[in-house]
Amino acid sequence: MSKDGFFARARRNPSFLVGAALVLLVAGAAALSLVWTPYPPAAIDVPHKLLEPSAGHWLGTDSLGRDVASEILAGARISILVGVIAVGIGVIFGVALGLVAASAKGVVEDLIMRLSDFAFAFPALLMAIMLTATFGAGVVNAIIAIGVFNVPLFARVTRASANAVMAREFILAARASGKGPVAIAFEHVLPNVAPVLIVQATIQFAIAVLAEAALSYLGLGAQPPQTSWGRMLSEAQNLLYQAPRLAVFPGLAIMIAVLGLNLLGDGLRDLLDPRLRARR
Amino acid sequence: MLLYLLQRVLLLVATLAFASLVVFGVLEILPGDAAQVMLGASATPQAVAALAHKLGLDQPFATRYFAWLAGIARGDFGLSYAYDSPIGALISDRLAVSAPLALIAMALTAVIALSAGLFAAQRRGKRGDFAVMAASQIGLAVPNFWFAILLVLVFAVKLRLAPSGGFPGWSAGFAPAFGALILPAISLGLVQAAILTRVTRSALLDVLGEDFIRTARAKGLSRRAVLWRHALPNALTPILTIMGLQFANLIAGAIIVENVFVLPGVGQLIFQAIANRDILVVEDCVMLLAAIVIIVNFIVDVACAAIDPRLRRRAA
Repeated sequence: MSKDGFFARARRNPSFLVGAALVLLVAGAAALSLVWTPYPPAAIDVPHKLLEPSAGHWLGTDSLGRDVASEILAGARISILVGVIAVGIGVIFGVALGLVAASAKGVVEDLIMRLSDFAFAFPALLMAIMLTATFGAGVVNAIIAIGVFNVPLFARVTRASANAVMAREFILAARASGKGPVAIAFEHVLPNVAPVLIVQATIQFAIAVLAEAALSYLGLGAQPPQTSWGRMLSEAQNLLYQAPRLAVFPGLAIMIAVLGLNLLGDGLRDLLDPRLRARR
Repeated sequence: MLLYLLQRVLLLVATLAFASLVVFGVLEILPGDAAQVMLGASATPQAVAALAHKLGLDQPFATRYFAWLAGIARGDFGLSYAYDSPIGALISDRLAVSAPLALIAMALTAVIALSAGLFAAQRRGKRGDFAVMAASQIGLAVPNFWFAILLVLVFAVKLRLAPSGGFPGWSAGFAPAFGALILPAISLGLVQAAILTRVTRSALLDVLGEDFIRTARAKGLSRRAVLWRHALPNALTPILTIMGLQFANLIAGAIIVENVFVLPGVGQLIFQAIANRDILVVEDCVMLLAAIVIIVNFIVDVACAAIDPRLRRRAA
């Protein structure tokens, strides 16, 4: 087993390095777009519509003459915003519920799990559709819908892993030595399920980015003039014959963001899970 | 097992009842009078009152709720306001497209993911593992609707091998109808398979790291026997659980992909119903999808308990 520190090991982990680089690229694009884009991302310039990529417009222009490169940069903002908040909601509430369920067992566990089953009956998208039918489309409702969907997922994953951990002898030993359920949950169970949660959180962040894109594609998420990769794809779909490239760039941007997050999660899993490390 | 099953069935019924209550309740929190919303702001009060009466909206909540439930139990889903036809027939028409789509996609997912995950786990750290993981990373990162658009771009716009969308109907014969579902099913199934492949691989690797696997190997069992008889059954619980959860995603994904391919499925019905403010249709469709997901997850729970006796002893 390696005795090196986290950063020394991180430098030798290709998943972590590539993932971190891609995530930094997307985060950098979002940050850059706050202070500078080649053109204002929502600026309509119809005389220059559907231009091919050139020195003036790196990725060309769309059907309304907007600069695609500027739109891609600005689109990163919404993706990151939705991902961070939606996963945050899921982790905070879901992990707490999962730990309570695994510690309390019995009626409490059943109740929490039944409620999570119930929430699963409304997948994020279906829920967003119901929310928008009721309260109107927009980014805030999209974040709530995706975030709420994350709660039962984290509850379920936490409980499943926690139950496996709680069946082990060292939990019995901790209980025998007089530790209470809260101390056991935080000191023994949580550290043992954390690697699973980290992997899940990165997958969920990625899924949140995908879900935001899907909702915006359907017209339920980001509204004009907000720029979103999903909305760009929906506009591009009508121009597949004239300008197929418009359907390529936003998708690539989504792919880079999601790929980066997932690779980062994989890398972190390798770095954080002591059992995996020992097995090497 | 019988006690466990009884317990689960009771919970299933309770969950379904709870879901139906919330789905129905959404209509209540809808801002404004539902009949007013349907007819728009310009409708006369008489027209609104007439529609409200026709839809039974002037009845108390409990009366309408139980009438709705009793109707569903009889197979009567009510009348669509916009289509002026029975909702049951509308939905079953759309299910003839959506259900095969979901089943083909799920079958694709399971076959691809289980074989790829098993393949990769056996070759941990080797080239085959790396190739599968790289492919699944790409698959995970591709939004299904973008993949669907790219499929249209390649197979319809460039190669002209397939129609860019639409559905000829099953009356046009099996081959053309099935053909229209292939691209949508691939765009749904491949993306789902990427997730399930990772779950399968990591579940197997978790189990393979356990002491009883080392014991099994030490007592002389072959690598293959350990994998099939000891590792796979123990890894199946998380795999099945995720598959159950994915089914909900699959149904939601189908809504988007139906949109890309202009398929007349349940997803499209929901969208049209929302655009038309046809609330009873939205309600019935959402309830139906919710019921499917709840029942699928119930089956997963029972299947997990059948595989892993520890689960049912703990629950009972």
